[in-house]
Amino acid sequence: MNITLHVWRQKNRNAEGAFVTYQARDISPDMSFLEMLDVVNEGLILKGEEPIAFDHDCREGICGQCGVVVNGSPHGPRKATTTCQLHMRSFKDGDELTLEPWRANAFPVIKDLIVDRGAFDRIIAVGGFITAPTGNAPDGNAILVPKLAADRSMDAAACIGCGACVAACPNGSAMLFVAAKITHLGYLPQGQPERDRRALAMVARMDEEGFGTCTNHGECEAACPKEIPIEFIARMNRDFLKAALFTPAERAAASDGG
Amino acid sequence: MELKSNVPAGPIEQKWTKHKFEMKLVNPANKRKYTVIVVGSGLAGASAAATLAELGYQVKCYCYQDTPRRAHSIAAQGGINAAKNYQNDGDSVFRLFYDTVKGGDFRSRESNVHRLAEVSVNIIDQCVAQGVPFAREYGGMLSNRSFGGAQVSRTFYARGQTGQQLLLGAYQALERQIGLGAVKMFTRHEMQELILVDGRARGIVTRDMISGKIESHVADAVVLATGGYASVFYLSTNAKGCNTTAIWRAYKKGAAFGNPCYTQIHPTCIPVTGEHQSKLTLMSESLRNDGRIWVPKKKGDTRSPAQIPEAERDYYLERKYPSYGNLAPRDIASRAAKAVCDEGRGVGSTGLGVYLDFADAFQRLGVDKIRERYGNLFDMYERITGENPYQVPMRIYPAAHYVMGGLWVDYNLMSTIPGLFVLGEANFSDHGANRLGASALMQGLADGYFILPYTIGNYFASNKFEKLSDTHTAYKSGESSTAARVQKFLSINGQRTVDSFHRELGGIMWDFCGMGRTEKGLQTALQKIPTLREEFWKNVRVLGTGEEINQSLEKAGRVADFLELGELMCLDALERRESCGGHFREEFQTADGEALRDDQNFTHVAAWEFAGDAKKPVRHVEPLAFENVHLATRSYK
Repeated sequence: MNITLHVWRQKNRNAEGAFVTYQARDISPDMSFLEMLDVVNEGLILKGEEPIAFDHDCREGICGQCGVVVNGSPHGPRKATTTCQLHMRSFKDGDELTLEPWRANAFPVIKDLIVDRGAFDRIIAVGGFITAPTGNAPDGNAILVPKLAADRSMDAAACIGCGACVAACPNGSAMLFVAAKITHLGYLPQGQPERDRRALAMVARMDEEGFGTCTNHGECEAACPKEIPIEFIARMNRDFLKAALFTPAERAAASDGG
Repeated sequence: MELKSNVPAGPIEQKWTKHKFEMKLVNPANKRKYTVIVVGSGLAGASAAATLAELGYQVKCYCYQDTPRRAHSIAAQGGINAAKNYQNDGDSVFRLFYDTVKGGDFRSRESNVHRLAEVSVNIIDQCVAQGVPFAREYGGMLSNRSFGGAQVSRTFYARGQTGQQLLLGAYQALERQIGLGAVKMFTRHEMQELILVDGRARGIVTRDMISGKIESHVADAVVLATGGYASVFYLSTNAKGCNTTAIWRAYKKGAAFGNPCYTQIHPTCIPVTGEHQSKLTLMSESLRNDGRIWVPKKKGDTRSPAQIPEAERDYYLERKYPSYGNLAPRDIASRAAKAVCDEGRGVGSTGLGVYLDFADAFQRLGVDKIRERYGNLFDMYERITGENPYQVPMRIYPAAHYVMGGLWVDYNLMSTIPGLFVLGEANFSDHGANRLGASALMQGLADGYFILPYTIGNYFASNKFEKLSDTHTAYKSGESSTAARVQKFLSINGQRTVDSFHRELGGIMWDFCGMGRTEKGLQTALQKIPTLREEFWKNVRVLGTGEEINQSLEKAGRVADFLELGELMCLDALERRESCGGHFREEFQTADGEALRDDQNFTHVAAWEFAGDAKKPVRHVEPLAFENVHLATRSYK
C-alpha cells in the first residue's frame, strides 16, 4: 500500500516547525506504524535527507516512550494501542496521515516528533512514591491487601507514563497521569501514611509545571493505551480536597489515628 | 590477568552472612564524601542508585531514555522467584539455589547463586513495602504461581506486567532520592567511555543526546547496570535502544568479559513477517501449558491449518519428549522448532513458524476459561498479527531474548577493573549457561538492593581516594576520543544506512551463533564479521551533525560496538567445545540429540581479556566447583 504522510519537522526546541510531505511506498499491512516510519527514514537517508526523529524503545507497548499524534489522535486510531503496536493494516491504501508530536504547554517539542516529558518525573519526585528505604520492610504477608484493592491498585499502576492523556486533553491536563499514581498508591495500606501529603504535593507540582486543569472532556480516557478510567481523577480530587481542607496539624493527627 | 573470585570460605549457607560482617564499613558521616556513578536505570541500576543514596552516598545516575522508568526491565511479563515457601509446598532457600544451579546446566558459581536465593525473600518484602501491587488471594495474602518447570510455586507476579511494577517501585524510590537532591539524574545521556585513573574506575564520558555535548563525570566508583546485548542479533525481544556500548567500552579498558556466547533463545515469540521487521514480541511461555505445538508432516504444505487432518500433523515436542511434551525447557523447545523449519515444514508465509494450537484446550475447558487465563495475550497476538487466535492457531518462532554472558565479576560484583562494579544482566551473572524463568528480575534487584550497597562500602573503606577534577588528562583524553569517534561517523558519508549493517550482522549471528552452532559455521562467521565491520567503517552513512538529536549517530555508535562484540561471541562459542544450556554445539550431542557437556574440560567460566584492536583476545579461566549440587545430566524425555 502507499500512504501520504504530512510530518511535523522541527530542528530543535527553539526552531520554527512546519509540516513536510513524504510518500511511504510499498508498505506492507503487516508492518507496525513505526516500521513504516523506519522504511521512510531509510529512504530519506539514502536520498541524503535527514530522517524523521521519533521516540520509541521497547516496541511492545509497555515502556511508554513512543507516541505520535496520527490525524489528531494520540497513538492513532486503534483503541488501547500504543503507536508501536499500531499496525498498517489499520489504514487503507492511499490514506493521508498527519503526524504530529504531543502538543501541550508542559511538553516542549525538542525535535520533530520528540517532546520533553520531564515534567512527569518531577511530579513523581515530589510525592509519587511510598517512603520505604531498603532494608526496612516487614514480611510481605505481614501487610494484608484485600484482593479487590490490589486489583484496583494494579488497574491504576498499569499507566505507562506516555503522556497521551495530556496530548488528548484540550486543556493539556496531566490529571489522568497524576490520578493514576495517586490511585495506585492510595488503594494500598502501605500508601496511607503519605496519602494526604502525596495528593497535595503532586497536584501543586502539576500546576507549577504548566499543565491545565480537568474540565471533564474525557478525551484522556479515550486516548489512554492502558485504558486508565477517568473516575480515578474524581478519586484524586477527593484525596486532594480532604487533604487541603485540614490544617497540617489536623492532617497529621488524622493519619496517626487512622 | 588474574581472576580472583574472592568467594569467602566456610559452608555455603554462612558465606554471605560471614562476609557481610567481615566487610569494612564507611561511617555514616563519611559516606557523603564518596560519589558513585550508576549507568542504567533498570531494576539493577535504579535499585542500586536509590539504595546508595538512602545510605548517604552522592549518586549520579544515567540513562539513554527520556526517563529512568523506561528501562527494558519494564517489559518482563511473568514474575519474580523467591524462596518464601508461602505455599507450604517444600520450597526453601536451598531448593531455589539447587534449581538455579541445575537450570544453569552447572556453569554458574555456587556461592553467588546461594546468596541470590537467600536475598530473594528480602526482595519481595521490599517491593511490597514500596507498593508493588502483587497479585493477592481473597484473604489478602500474596499469591504465587508455578513457572518454568519448577516443582514448587514460588513465582510472585503482578498480572502479566511484573517487570513493569517492580521497575516502577525502584523508579519511585529513585525519584524520591532525586527529589531530595541525593541523586543527580541524567536522562538522554549515553555513556561513551569509562575513565581509569591509576588503574581504577574513576568516571565516565557521556554524550548528551539532545545537545550533543560530550562531558566527563568524576566519581570514586562506577556501577554498570546497562542490561544485556541480545540486540546483537538485530531481531530480538529487547528494546530497540538496548546495547552493549557501556560494557564493551569497559571491556576495552580491561574488564574481562565472561561467557559472551551464552545466549537465551526464547521459544514462543511472534514470527518475523518480512525484511521490514524491527523487533520481536514475546508471547508468555505460560501459553505452552494449554497450547499444543505442531507442524505439517509434509514439506511445503501450504494448506490452511484447518484443512490439515489430524493424521497429517506432527506434534513434534510430544513425539520427541513424551514426558515433558509441550513444556520442554526453553532451549530444547527452541532447537526443535528450528529443526522442523529447517526441514521445510515451517508454516506461515516465511516458513519460519510453528503452530501453537488451542483447539483441544477450547474443547476441554471452553473458550471462556482460555480467555480468562490468556485473554490479554490473545489480544496482543491479534493486535500484532491481525489474526484471531480463537479461530486459527497462533504461529510462533524462537527469538533472541536474554544473555547470560556479560562482564566477569567477583563475589563482590566487582569486575577485573578495581572500582568498576557490574550488576544485573550486564554481568556474567548467576545463571550459568541457561537462565530459568522469573529469575532475571530476582537477580537485578538482588544486586541493586542487597548486594552492591554492602560490597561497595568495603571497597571505599579499603582504599584511599585522591580528589580528582575533570581537567585531569584521563578525562580530557576520553572526551577527545569520543569526539573523534563522533566526527568519524559523520565524515564517512557512505552508501549504506546503519540499520542495514545491523540487520546484516544480526543475520550472521542468528545463522551461525544462534540456536545451533558448529565449528564450520562459527569460522564462517569469524570471517564475515570483520569484513562487515571493515565495510561499516568505510561505507556507513550518518547524516546531520553531532550537536543535536541525531538518532542515526546514536545507532552508529552502538552498531560499531556490536560489530566487535559479535566476533567475541563467536570466538567464545568456538572455543567452548561442548554443549551446555543455551550454548548448543551440534558436534557435541547425545545419540538422541541432547546437549552433551564436557565436565572434564569445561567446568569453568571463560573470561576474555582485550588485547588490542587487531589482536586475538586472551581467554582466561575461572574453574567452577560443585560442592553442594552434584554434577548431573539434565534429561527431559
